[in-house]
Amino acid sequence: MSYKLVKRMFCSSTIKKPPRQVCIVGAGPAGFYAAMHLTKNLDSVNIDFIEKLPVPFGLIRYGVAPDHPEVKNVINQFTKVARHANVNFYGNVTLGKDIQLHQLRQHYDAVLLTYGAEEDKVLGIENEDAGNVIAARSFVGWYNGLPSDKDLKIDLSCKTAAILGQGNVALDVARILLSPIDELRKTDITEHAVSALAKSKVKEVYLVGRRGPLQVAFTIKELREQLKLKNCSTIWRKKDFEHVEDVVPNLERPRKRLTELMLKSLNESGKSVDDLNSNYFKPIFFRSPKKFIVDSNHKVTGVELTCNKLVGEKLEDQKCIPTHEQEILNCNLVFRSIGYKSIKADNDIMFLNGLVPSNKGVVDDSNPDLAKLYVSGWLGTGPVGVILHTMGNSFQVAKVMCEHLTGADTKIKGGFQEIKKIISVNNNNFVDWDGWEKIDKYEIEQGKKLGKPREKICSIQKMIEVSRA
Amino acid sequence: MLQTVIKRCLSTQRLKPLKAIYSPQFRRIHVTASLRHGEYEWQDPKSEAEVVNVVYIDKDGNKIKVRGKVGDNVLYLAHRYEIPMEGACEASLACTTCHVYVPPEHFEKLPASEEKEDDLLDMAPFLKENSRLGCQIVLTKELEGMEIQLPKATRNFYVDGHKPKPH
Repeated sequence: MSYKLVKRMFCSSTIKKPPRQVCIVGAGPAGFYAAMHLTKNLDSVNIDFIEKLPVPFGLIRYGVAPDHPEVKNVINQFTKVARHANVNFYGNVTLGKDIQLHQLRQHYDAVLLTYGAEEDKVLGIENEDAGNVIAARSFVGWYNGLPSDKDLKIDLSCKTAAILGQGNVALDVARILLSPIDELRKTDITEHAVSALAKSKVKEVYLVGRRGPLQVAFTIKELREQLKLKNCSTIWRKKDFEHVEDVVPNLERPRKRLTELMLKSLNESGKSVDDLNSNYFKPIFFRSPKKFIVDSNHKVTGVELTCNKLVGEKLEDQKCIPTHEQEILNCNLVFRSIGYKSIKADNDIMFLNGLVPSNKGVVDDSNPDLAKLYVSGWLGTGPVGVILHTMGNSFQVAKVMCEHLTGADTKIKGGFQEIKKIISVNNNNFVDWDGWEKIDKYEIEQGKKLGKPREKICSIQKMIEVSRA
Repeated sequence: MLQTVIKRCLSTQRLKPLKAIYSPQFRRIHVTASLRHGEYEWQDPKSEAEVVNVVYIDKDGNKIKVRGKVGDNVLYLAHRYEIPMEGACEASLACTTCHVYVPPEHFEKLPASEEKEDDLLDMAPFLKENSRLGCQIVLTKELEGMEIQLPKATRNFYVDGHKPKPH
């Protein structure tokens, strides 16, 4: 705490005019990359992060799979940003609940929305609410320790599971289900997930895609990882790959390499010896879920799939249309992994087609008395792309913000001092950066006892307690 | 004068927390033991024999000449000279934030990219024949005069071809 004070003293001694006040809603990669750009390029700025959870880093902490620790290295850079004298973190503060958007816009010079896409898309088919039909997003949240998903009801006592969707999240789910448990124990996966997965009987995982091998959404790195998984055989359906080989030479490099890898795996799959202990990864194509089949307890026992075919001459213009054929896939566990969507956190936020529309990141600059409103990351672009895309997008939006913030002087804004008065009415539990560092330290200590890099706290109450210790 | 003194005070104050990043607590996050973290790139060449001159071309086309040395990693060398090249995963081959282009005459002299690097490059927008990840390029005498081009700022504002609709 005293350190922060010293920082502030030094800071205020050099500033001639009060710094421009920026509020970033959501402390994930989009927010941090924007803050990084703003602190680098503005002489006098104060940045306040407002984050719904008591802890920072968003999908880096709660989305990236536990067996991908290298991807989380970016936390080091974000930590540098957060430790700047003019950057503040206020966790456990929810937009639309503790504070309204118009209040933020009243007390800041600029408000940037970077709260991402936290809900999963639904299929809208019969029996989607059946037992053991799980949102992939919730499963990811569960093994990564997201407080709202820690009590996820999942029954892993069956042999066969199906994942609907063929993106990288779908592959994460498959890999976590099929990985040898001792490999996972070494990661920062939550203990409740490890103990449930240790007892898992799932040996066969289907990865169901609406379209064909040439349209898959997952990327080669993730597929290669899955194909190399110990004690797991990949079984493709030969029929799905008819004529695929013919078009390979004409594909662009990424698609070409990915398709070649699938074809290579297809040609090898016949050779693998059947082993009773082996797990199976079975991607199937041209199938759309029509409805879930349930037992008398409304628990899933299978998926009725409509068979699709591709029509159209040119590969890039091909469309997928349903046929009259059907297939029943028997399975007692289903994951829905067809994408994320953003929520409307505050009534004043305009939504169009599932995202916040903007002009180069500017959402609204019509009222000179209110802070300009900006958006970056998945909330503005839609939930697609890897961290590089989010980084590029946030840098560009931050560049536009810099131009506006170096412009003409406006009224002096109160920033968090004013916001604090409003929040404190209902919520006195916000967690600052020092609080997070205590949580971080605690989690690393708890992890040490278990031989893991970290054991995450999964209760918001506990996080708040530790942050105040 | 007074202002400079104050500024200096301020900058040392700000450096303090940065140092803390390299504390043992944070080191644990790194998984590849053999990786360097840019300390080497901060050492000046010990002799002319070691020097490798390279040119970085930033997003806006500005050329920045850098006097590097044999063994320098192109990503960390960029950091030393404040060239805006990110390295989100800290050279552990888990992201594409240090994507660069190397002209053919030097591209040919680079050791071939490994499978993992190629897999990651496949995710980079504006992938070209001469794309590489900066973190995988280590300077040798052969690379004298190499130009390292950072990709231009994304022209397409939205990823995956999404076009924003008017308000």
